[in-house]
Amino acid sequence: MMLDDFLVRAALGGTGVALAAAPLGCFVVWRRMAYFGDATAHAAILGVALSLVLSTSLFAGVLTVSLLMAMTVSVLSGRGYAMDTLLGVTAHSALAFGLVAVSFVSGVRLDLMGYLVGDILAVSRADLAIIWGGALLVLALLGLRWSALLTATLSPDLAHAGGIDPKREQLVLTLCLAMVVAVAIKVVGVLLIAALLIIPAAAARPFSHTPERMVLVAAAIGVLSANGGLATAYRLDTPTGPTIVCLATLLFLAASLAGRRLGPTAPRATGPRQ
Amino acid sequence: MASRPAETGTLIQRPVHDAGQEVSMPLLTLHDIGVTRRGNTILTGIDLALQAGEIVTVVGPNGSGKTTLLRVIIGALTPTRGEIEHRQALTLGYVPQRLHIDPTLPMTVARFMALPRRRPADALYRALEQAGAEGLADRQMATLSGGQFQRVLLARALLGRPDLLILDEANQGLDHRATAAFYRQIDRVRRELGCSVLMVSHELHVVMKASDRVICLNGHICCQGRPEAVAGSPAYRDLLGVEERDAVAFYRHDHDLAEALP
Repeated sequence: MMLDDFLVRAALGGTGVALAAAPLGCFVVWRRMAYFGDATAHAAILGVALSLVLSTSLFAGVLTVSLLMAMTVSVLSGRGYAMDTLLGVTAHSALAFGLVAVSFVSGVRLDLMGYLVGDILAVSRADLAIIWGGALLVLALLGLRWSALLTATLSPDLAHAGGIDPKREQLVLTLCLAMVVAVAIKVVGVLLIAALLIIPAAAARPFSHTPERMVLVAAAIGVLSANGGLATAYRLDTPTGPTIVCLATLLFLAASLAGRRLGPTAPRATGPRQ
Repeated sequence: MASRPAETGTLIQRPVHDAGQEVSMPLLTLHDIGVTRRGNTILTGIDLALQAGEIVTVVGPNGSGKTTLLRVIIGALTPTRGEIEHRQALTLGYVPQRLHIDPTLPMTVARFMALPRRRPADALYRALEQAGAEGLADRQMATLSGGQFQRVLLARALLGRPDLLILDEANQGLDHRATAAFYRQIDRVRRELGCSVLMVSHELHVVMKASDRVICLNGHICCQGRPEAVAGSPAYRDLLGVEERDAVAFYRHDHDLAEALP
């Protein structure tokens, strides 16, 4: 059967993660949550350690810890420290505590590198089910709340005036972020999840005049990076996760150069002022 | 800008003159609204009723709680005390003070207008036309001039056929001519739709002429009434300082104030 081929499973896994990461990545870029995404992803390594200690599923452990992390940061924000300071503290301490916690896990030969940069070639059928289940859930959630999320992103006050609670929408995004981190950990690892969120979205910006189009272009770039990166890594015998991110970055550079010639939809170009 | 301590306001408080008392059912009534944040009292004892079709302007110096008051009314802020009563199925149209659209977010005017609810295209074009923003539908929000941007915000607020249009210093970043044109547009819209208008401003001379009632705010309501009455009131003069007094004298040729100048 086709799924017996590890390369096919890897390609499917990468595609699933790229599809879920596209719309979420756009929100991360629009709302300037890049560092927030990083913090959530870094906390995942603590989730890995906990799931090993408690011998629960990796997905559940990572999802729980990422969610807790994201909520903690949301609650703490606006209480005296600037957001980037807060995230700097929480992201790196979560990573450090996670790495220390993992060292306590005895009797398991733990491939730490696999969790830090991912091990897409080891994606199993069960992993595929989790990745696609999570990805579809994220897509469904974002799809259902799309307009409310966009309005809350534009302006919390506009959202209030339209009967939308921006805090609830923030919670939806936080939940989706934790979910994407949990499903992406196998594919690109905790260090590179944020890259997979942000780079395709940023690359899509010059080719987009509406938010919806930016999501579609980001999805295309993400899927292309995942599959192209996989093929390249296989041929050059390089680590797969980082190769995927490298390819996405090259596409971003190409898009930025092309975008400079595109005119009014590009972020830097402004039309005539009256 | 000279801002006096709060008790000065109470000393010179005048009998409240309510322009629309004869109309029975207000759109919106605030009862004894107070807002306290981190120990600072921002608003206190605000009683306010907005009647159908009325244009009400709230004036006051920076930090007088104008924006806080609007945020309470649109529901973005829960007051520390007091109550708000709405008429049933009241539709609000909100034009924010300023809206920064992140340049990473691609947004055409038409797409922006259709947030959070999709609207039929003809309604969208009609609203743009009513707000004097026709022909802008396909433009990127980021490429609009200040005046165009405000008109698009107004058009968006009009889409829901609001009973009450709320504008928060909608003239920010507009020069005097653009501001005057924008307020004329609002007056036209009000007559077309028959909605009430509540706006906030620190620039009075242009606003006041169109208003049925002006409310002087400085944490509490210092005075309110018809524009002429408020312009002549000592509470208003105290509140808005020399700079505004000059402006008012210049634009309104108000003899009382002109005499007061050297």
